Amino acid sequence: MNTVTRAHLTETIYTQVGLSRNESADLLETVLERMSSALESGESVKISGFGTFSVRQKGRRIGRNPKTGVEVPILPRRVLVFRPSQVLKAHVNHMTPPAGDEE
Amino acid sequence: MTKSELIAELSAANPHLLSRDVELIVATIFNEITAALSRGERVELRGFGAFTVKKRDARTGRNPRTGEAVPVDEKAVPFFKAGKELRERVNKGKAARGEVVAA
Repeated sequence: MNTVTRAHLTETIYTQVGLSRNESADLLETVLERMSSALESGESVKISGFGTFSVRQKGRRIGRNPKTGVEVPILPRRVLVFRPSQVLKAHVNHMTPPAGDEE
Repeated sequence: MTKSELIAELSAANPHLLSRDVELIVATIFNEITAALSRGERVELRGFGAFTVKKRDARTGRNPRTGEAVPVDEKAVPFFKAGKELRERVNKGKAARGEVVAA
């Protein structure tokens, strides 16, 4: 299966926006970094038409080592969750996105 | 943080760019990820995370109000898995204190 990477996204910015390749790469990095630092501070990142990244607090629970069956406590932690927008969900199913739903 | 706040931050950090271009850059990134996913490809951004499409089989659902059985077609669902670096940043503090057990 094909994998799209930073290089592809950089190339697309370069051709669509007309910045240099270097600057295109820097801007892509800046976008990812701004999103990461918002998430790091616990803030959600809402991209209309794409989806919402948010941080969820998970409580302590008892896990089990699947190999040995030994119980191990899993401590409270913060995890990142992504909720795709209706528009993105429609796109991956090749359907028309519901009108008026930009979320 | 919303998409417009992200654009505003990027514009402020890049005064030499027109805000129209900054908008185009941000739109290009998310449109390109959407396009790749709708082609069934994965998008991997090291350190940030990977977007993939998961298949959900057809199943028999139920109308929760009436209890009536409703066929649900198979569908594709966009999925995001945070990269190691971002996952650790989101959960940092706890990890730094060595509190993450069950590694």
